[in-house]
Amino acid sequence: MERRIRRLGIALVLLFAVLFGQLAYVQVFAADDIKNHPANFSRQLIAEYNVQRGKILTADGLVLAESVPAPEGSRYRFERRYPQGDLYGYITGFYSRIYGRSALERSMNSYLSGDASELALSTFSDLFLGRQKRGGNIFVTIEPNLQEVARTALGANKGAVVAMDPRTGDILALYSTPGFDPSQLSSGSDPEIRRAWKRLNADPDKPLLALSHQELFLPGSSFKIVTASAALENGFGPESQWPNPHRLTLPLTNEQLQNFGDDHCNGGSSQITLIEAFEESCNVTFAEVGLRLGAEQLAAQARAYGLCGTLPPERTTCDGQLINFELPFQNGRFPEPSYFEQNDPLLAFSAIGLDNDLVNPLQMVLMASAVANGGMMPQPRIVSEVRDSQGRVAREFAARTVRRAISGSTAAKLTQMMIAVVNNGSGYRASIPGIQVAGKTGTATNGEGRAPNAWFTAFAPAQDPQIAVSVIVLDGGNLGSEATGGQVAAPIVRAVIEAYLR
Amino acid sequence: MSAIAARPVRPRTGLLLLLVAVVTSITAYAMVGLGLRGRVPRDIVVYGLTIGGAYLLAWGAVRWTAPRADPVLLPIAGMLGGLGLAMIYRLLPGDVADAQAIWLLIGLVAFVLTLLLVRDDRQLDAYTYTIGLLGLILLLLPVVPGVGFEVNGARLWAHVGPLTFQPAEFGKILIVIFLASYLSAKRELLEAGVGRLGLPRAKDLGPLLLAWGASLAVLFLERDLGASMLFFGVFVVMLWVASGRAAYLVTGGVLFAAGGLIGYLALPHVQHRVAYWLHALEPATVHEVGYGQLAQSWFALASGGLVGTGLGRGSPDLIPYPASDFILSAFGEELGMLGTAAILLLFVGLIGRGLRIALDREDAFGRLLATGLTTTIALQTFTIAAGVTRLIPLTGVPLPLVSYGGSSRVATFVMIGLLVRISAGPWQPARRSTG
Repeated sequence: MERRIRRLGIALVLLFAVLFGQLAYVQVFAADDIKNHPANFSRQLIAEYNVQRGKILTADGLVLAESVPAPEGSRYRFERRYPQGDLYGYITGFYSRIYGRSALERSMNSYLSGDASELALSTFSDLFLGRQKRGGNIFVTIEPNLQEVARTALGANKGAVVAMDPRTGDILALYSTPGFDPSQLSSGSDPEIRRAWKRLNADPDKPLLALSHQELFLPGSSFKIVTASAALENGFGPESQWPNPHRLTLPLTNEQLQNFGDDHCNGGSSQITLIEAFEESCNVTFAEVGLRLGAEQLAAQARAYGLCGTLPPERTTCDGQLINFELPFQNGRFPEPSYFEQNDPLLAFSAIGLDNDLVNPLQMVLMASAVANGGMMPQPRIVSEVRDSQGRVAREFAARTVRRAISGSTAAKLTQMMIAVVNNGSGYRASIPGIQVAGKTGTATNGEGRAPNAWFTAFAPAQDPQIAVSVIVLDGGNLGSEATGGQVAAPIVRAVIEAYLR
Repeated sequence: MSAIAARPVRPRTGLLLLLVAVVTSITAYAMVGLGLRGRVPRDIVVYGLTIGGAYLLAWGAVRWTAPRADPVLLPIAGMLGGLGLAMIYRLLPGDVADAQAIWLLIGLVAFVLTLLLVRDDRQLDAYTYTIGLLGLILLLLPVVPGVGFEVNGARLWAHVGPLTFQPAEFGKILIVIFLASYLSAKRELLEAGVGRLGLPRAKDLGPLLLAWGASLAVLFLERDLGASMLFFGVFVVMLWVASGRAAYLVTGGVLFAAGGLIGYLALPHVQHRVAYWLHALEPATVHEVGYGQLAQSWFALASGGLVGTGLGRGSPDLIPYPASDFILSAFGEELGMLGTAAILLLFVGLIGRGLRIALDREDAFGRLLATGLTTTIALQTFTIAAGVTRLIPLTGVPLPLVSYGGSSRVATFVMIGLLVRISAGPWQPARRSTG
């Protein structure tokens, strides 16, 4: 019996030896693979939240997002805070342990978490000096006072404001309302975060999507910037003469295209110049221009401005239109030429920003910036630099251009036409004493029974452009069905330009 | 090897080891507070005095009732219990953990009572069939309508009056005593009982088949795969140790495999266990409960790495039921492979001492009883440790002395008490301190 008890002992020790082998496999040899399994996201998240994530700040140090020690009892060491509430929600985005990341929190994640290669030296020296690893700080191009002005100017309206320095593409203000406060998705208990997410997603205003750059709208007359560009590029100058009927009977149909309010442009005279038609935002004339230029020319100009091609209602093709931008930007849309084959009436509507034309304020401000910038369309830039936790610059983002959208001479002529809009035409409410503003109004139908969306897009000073602004106010704002871009949106643009240049 | 035991027992060694166990237990509790809340728990003094006092009283009881006892068993059991309790405080709300602390104290009382009541282990040899019957009754008590009830799909629990407990935990002790008694009596018969081809004769297969049937009954009636495997495993080992016939080992192995196959084919929950084990980390299933539990156990172990995150600093609470079945994985995360291995080495030490005690006895009953008790603890430890590390399919048995659970903790302390008694020999209060 003694021998068997000893053998039993050996057998049991061997059994435990196998167990030690398995432990070594799971805890050491295969540990990295197991840890990185996607289903281990909770622990990966906890590890992520153990690093103090970098801040998002403006150039003058206003904190838009920061990580602060979590309250006691939390599973995580740090908690993300957004001291500015919903004012910068679409810029910072949210950083949610349940719903992931959005906007800069997403696109700049490797810098904020400290994992980017540019921060390797800093992370290494932190390790070496025994300091806690910390993420890099992101500096944005937003002017905080302009962002405030945008909010104040929009007031209770639903809409969005985008302001850009046309020379660099720097985003100076980007505000869309109704918005959301990222804190509600980023801190608090899991059930609180889930409730907030449910509420935001159930809201018919879709507050998680920015009207400024993630949604698309009919541009209405704002699109005449594109049609006018195509006309100028194709040899029709500002003084070119166009027939001026009261209404335009569309080819092959009995349908008639009207001016806004069924007016007869230019006091009812038989002819009208391109610049006069632009000033008054004459639909009849621009429909004629579109029909004369044809689908190919109009589509080519739209592509040059960065609008993707569509074959409505489904297919969208963006080749070369997509741009590098740290926020999730929806490019504008203009149909493929084949869409208009055998269908000239639709081309007439497309030339005045209806049918299937789609844009958003960021798209419009890029177009205005191209005009302001002598025809070169800048690449939008919202992050200027990344600094490590010790304040050393880890990465700078240079200003870039996307492409030439129009020639220099077209840009100069179009600038004159946009000046005329503000000085003598529909955009007079954007004029500022002592500062020459150049702009274009837009009033886009919004479907049956809904007030139109009001647009205004401008830049200033016209001869030395420093700021381009585009504003959309949904559903006519406080003027409702009586609203026009000139009445509702132009004063907001004016407020932003004035605040920036004064 | 017997030279070690031949040496006179040095009580100071035991006391020193016990102090190490007390210090380790209190330190672990303090570390949990530091890791979780950044400060030593406010009740550390009360906690330390309670644990230290209780362990010292238990040691005093050993000195009094079993002066020649093995000095290592109580310190190892105390250290395992103290580490387990600290982890339970780390994982569960304070009041739930407080209840487990009381169970630890009750366990120590049961340990002392065992020593007081069983003055000579040989007195257990006198009631072979009474004990065997009682063991069987306890084993099958959860099946009785009105007494037994189910928790998480296994019918392991019984309530008798105000008491709720797992009778099988105590039943298995009685069964081991019965087997030691029965097998030591029938030893000669069993040793001779081999027919052609070295196989046991049909009539000698009786006990084996009976035990096999009982194990299957536990599996089918109580749906308790772990206990079923454990009973049969312990039985075969004891039969082999008693008889010296490898044929029993082979036949037992075949029956074990056959029982496993029958269980697998007939019982969906056994099929599930195997599926969880094989496919725990596959994307299609990893988020489902049974698979996810094993996946989380692996994630916890892997996150711990070699040295662990430190007590209170990991996230073992992500594992479902971390304090009962998966407490070893919780240690794996927070104390790393080194800590987990240390805990398993404590068990190896316990097993080594248990078999040493068996070897030091001259009589078959004492040897078989010590071997049986040790094998029970060893196989149970292996079953759960191999289960949570995915070496074998998981069967929910507690990690002895460490896991959450009152019945298991008290029963294991009774087993430790019996081993201490077997090591010490009879208690003769009338003739004490003459030697």
